Amino acid sequence: MGTDEFVFLLTGLKWTVILSAIAFVCGCLGGLAVALARTSGIKLLERATAAYIGVFQGTPLLMQLFVVYYGLALVGFKIDAWVAVATGLTLHASAYLGEIWRGSIEAVPRGQTEAAKALSLKYVSRMRDVILPQALRVSLPATIGFLVQLIKGTSLASIVGFTELTRAGNMISNQIFQPLTVFGIVGLMYFLLCCPLTIFGAHLERRFAASAR
Amino acid sequence: MTNPSATQADAMITLTHVEKWYGAFKALHDVTMSVHQGEKIVLCGPSGSGKSTLIRCINSLEPHQKGEIRVDGIVLGPNAKAIDAIRREVGMVFQQFNLFPHLTVLENCMLAPMRALGLAKSEAESRARALLERVKIAEQAAKYPAQLSGGQQQRVAIARALCMQPKVMLFDEPTSALDPEMVKEVLDTMIGLAEDGMTMICVTHEMGFARQVADRVIFMADGAIVEQAPPAEFFSNPAHERTRKFLGEILNH
Repeated sequence: MGTDEFVFLLTGLKWTVILSAIAFVCGCLGGLAVALARTSGIKLLERATAAYIGVFQGTPLLMQLFVVYYGLALVGFKIDAWVAVATGLTLHASAYLGEIWRGSIEAVPRGQTEAAKALSLKYVSRMRDVILPQALRVSLPATIGFLVQLIKGTSLASIVGFTELTRAGNMISNQIFQPLTVFGIVGLMYFLLCCPLTIFGAHLERRFAASAR
Repeated sequence: MTNPSATQADAMITLTHVEKWYGAFKALHDVTMSVHQGEKIVLCGPSGSGKSTLIRCINSLEPHQKGEIRVDGIVLGPNAKAIDAIRREVGMVFQQFNLFPHLTVLENCMLAPMRALGLAKSEAESRARALLERVKIAEQAAKYPAQLSGGQQQRVAIARALCMQPKVMLFDEPTSALDPEMVKEVLDTMIGLAEDGMTMICVTHEMGFARQVADRVIFMADGAIVEQAPPAEFFSNPAHERTRKFLGEILNH
């Protein structure tokens, strides 16, 4: 394998990182909205978001990407693969992060909300200043765990024709007929991306366990 | 018994025929009472008698289903404006302190004045420091709640509530979660507050505190007010069998 092929893989890696970052950032915003809706006490919102989470947790990510990619084309949105996978992954991440954060919001003791109410703090301040800082701290290890899943999940974008790391590897492999070498390198690149995050997550988990004692 | 002891005019808090259910369970049964400005009430009764529920209804932490609750002329209704207006005038101290664990003592005290009253940071800070001084804990301002003892945490909770400059303070068993040696420091703080003329309703089993501070002791059982009297009379000459039984249990343990 020559330098050109390696550079092509690095370009693929770049798009994997960009796609992961976009899906994660947009997924965080969507997930926050979902988590707040899930804990809003407004029945309609709670049911709608519960159904949304149920659908995205109960179907494979690949199906979700297909539905967004072909579905949007079918209703007349002419979008390229890039926008479709970013949208699909964002919807996916919003559902999972929403569920993770719902759990951590509910894990904050009720007394915190009551104390905030008794101090006449309104909803926005109760959430921003009191509940979310505590909830997000608790959820950090699980959130990072999901980010790692998401990075690996972006490899499915290759199937709808988006050239990220996996598809780049596939193309090179078809050119130079050295699948083991190529996919070995591709795997190593994923590993170098994900492993530090996993270690960071485990580190945070230990730190919170220690401070909870 | 159900006659308000103060006229509507000078009453800070009035409850009129208040009823509350949890599902099919009736937690408050036709409660009518009133508290005037500067009055100190001790609310006692066996566990499950509805005394905590009663004070939690006053600042709408629990909704009531029937009757009227009025605080400083504001009628507590379902609209958010009235709830907000009442919460701004009513401070509350909880059994479990409920300090915000991710904020320092000082930040705990500054948060609500800045967010709910719109005070500038410097103003909120000087107010917080003055009140931490008043509860004799100023030197702990930079610490986090978990670094303090239970008694210290409860005093911070009192200071935090006072930072909103409430007209009324509600205490929900403020010393029940404390180790015995810390009870006194919290009671002393509450006595100081009472001497400064604060209107207070205290749910507590500290009968020494009731004797020393209360203008009136109210005894509740099964969600209803059974009897109310000044402490001297309440302790020496309780009118109801139920009250005598309760006093016998808690005074001779």
